Amino acid sequence: MTNLLVIQALNGLQFGILLFLVAAGLTLVFGVMDFINLAHGVQYMIGAYLAVTFTQVTDSFLAGLLLALPAAFAFGLVLEFLIFRHLYDRDHLDQVLATFGVILILHEGVRIIWGAAPISIAIPEAVSGSVPVLGQLRYPLYRLLIIVAGIAVAAGLYIFVQHTRTGMLLRAGASNAPMVQALGVDIRRLFMVIFGIGAMLAGFAGAMIAPILSVEPNMGDGILILTFVVIVIGGIGSIKGAFVAALLVGLVDTLGRSFGPILLKVVFEPATASQVGRTLTPMLIYLLMAAILFFRPAGLFPAKQGA
Amino acid sequence: MTQATNTTSEKTETPRRSLWRVEAAAPACLACLFAALPLATSLGADPFYLVIATRIMIFGLAALSLDLILGYGAMVSFGHAAFIGIGAYAAGIAASHGVSDLLLHVLFALAAAAAFALVTGLISLRTRGVYFIMITLAFGQMAYFLMVSLSAYGGDDGLTLQARSTLFGQAWLENDVFFYYVVLAILLLCFWFANCTLQARFGRVLRGTRDNAERMQAIGFEPLPYQLTAYVVAGTIAALAGVLLANQAEFVSPAYMTWQRSGELIMMVVVGGIGTLTGGILGAAIFLLLEEFLSAFSHHWKLGLGIILVLIVLHGKSGMHGILVDLFGKRDKR
Repeated sequence: MTNLLVIQALNGLQFGILLFLVAAGLTLVFGVMDFINLAHGVQYMIGAYLAVTFTQVTDSFLAGLLLALPAAFAFGLVLEFLIFRHLYDRDHLDQVLATFGVILILHEGVRIIWGAAPISIAIPEAVSGSVPVLGQLRYPLYRLLIIVAGIAVAAGLYIFVQHTRTGMLLRAGASNAPMVQALGVDIRRLFMVIFGIGAMLAGFAGAMIAPILSVEPNMGDGILILTFVVIVIGGIGSIKGAFVAALLVGLVDTLGRSFGPILLKVVFEPATASQVGRTLTPMLIYLLMAAILFFRPAGLFPAKQGA
Repeated sequence: MTQATNTTSEKTETPRRSLWRVEAAAPACLACLFAALPLATSLGADPFYLVIATRIMIFGLAALSLDLILGYGAMVSFGHAAFIGIGAYAAGIAASHGVSDLLLHVLFALAAAAAFALVTGLISLRTRGVYFIMITLAFGQMAYFLMVSLSAYGGDDGLTLQARSTLFGQAWLENDVFFYYVVLAILLLCFWFANCTLQARFGRVLRGTRDNAERMQAIGFEPLPYQLTAYVVAGTIAALAGVLLANQAEFVSPAYMTWQRSGELIMMVVVGGIGTLTGGILGAAIFLLLEEFLSAFSHHWKLGLGIILVLIVLHGKSGMHGILVDLFGKRDKR
């Protein structure tokens, strides 16, 4: 039981880290420009495809990953330049629609280029084993690597946001963008950079997860919705909120799926418990979100006062 | 009848005569077009058009209900497809237990949708803006996962209906033309009802709240009861569309209530023309016809749809309805 708990907690942590990588860019874009980008999940998917292609070309996952990052960054900038920058002054409805259109375009684009069938790449040889974490208990090294990489990125982001000049502008932009612009900062250029970074982080998440999951056109959809849950729980525009909420969602979802049915069997008969478990566990994080929004309509760490 | 209600009230509201003429003419033209269509198929046109037209009316009804809250209440609900699913499952589940009467199906669907809308609306309407979009999305996903998990009713695979609903114990709905006219009658009835509601005091308060909630509060209107009522009404109408959809396809599945479906509904409303009621029906027609013809042309048809959508948002603000007003309204202005 303890072993299962440790394994599932690590799985939850790894899932949460992944969610954070995707959510960080989205919450920044939301926070600074009040821009709702449904196509963010597609950028995660693109990152995975880029990593697969570059890995196949260079025959090395590390090289593939390192090439995929700037490519994802550039792709984000292109999207921003072509479509998104025309939408900042529009209302949320227009943004939802246009980015929904972008999802349709990129979905089909990926199907045309890479085909609809799932692609998989192998976990690189050097990190494919498992390591002992607790006594006899072993855990896949690559998953640990994702956790470590994610925490490193989170720490890097923290330093970037809290201790650099760009980060300071970014925080100022999140709390009052017009004022920052009035003080002579080109908020559009700032935003373009943020957008590229967000796209790169999502791409990084996609690339890192590519060896574990199968890479397919729909992979961005599921994670997009979960990412929204994360940034709404965390408070739109707050990196800290996104981090806490991502881990919360990752752990609640993973532990709920494995321990929910076990706990329910204590209360109900096995047949009832399995039905209730199947019904409740996928809904758990949405219930969590509804409950949090009921008590705190602006999330756990609201970045804007009165938003 | 729709023409009459439109003319009397729009005249007092907008001095631009050209506008209300189009507003009144569009629903009348659409109604005539839909009413005459079975004639064309009986004269030898492909009966498949009847099926498409039925689906257009059903999704038009759903889009119309979304327009009620989206266009007139500025509530961007991203979980509206959940209500279609609730309606469809109400019919499907009742049918699988041997209850086949259409009126009972409608009753179950309306009750379930109203209850769901009341609870989720109360929570969602505590939030504003993006948070409202996200929380309605979350509730939509909850409803979706609930249906996926119900293995007794097919789960992910969905539920096949043995037959269409009966009306007064008769299997009249099995006749496609009869079913078509039932759908048309329900659509017209809902259109008329929505139109009356919006012209009445309720609709004016709703629009006032959309434009400036603080001022409405200052003159003594609490927004919540009005917004919640609109949300519940919209949900029940969408559930009605769900009952019809289940009957049309004789199949119910969680795929009816994915978030992509909700996105498509918003798309129909905006492409057709937001805040016009007819716009939703027009948008449903455009969407389903595009789906039909583009998919025959290439199975990457969604690429074209996406490009069209992005272009419409970037360049044509008021959707197809606005283009129609531009086309036919211009002559009167001179």
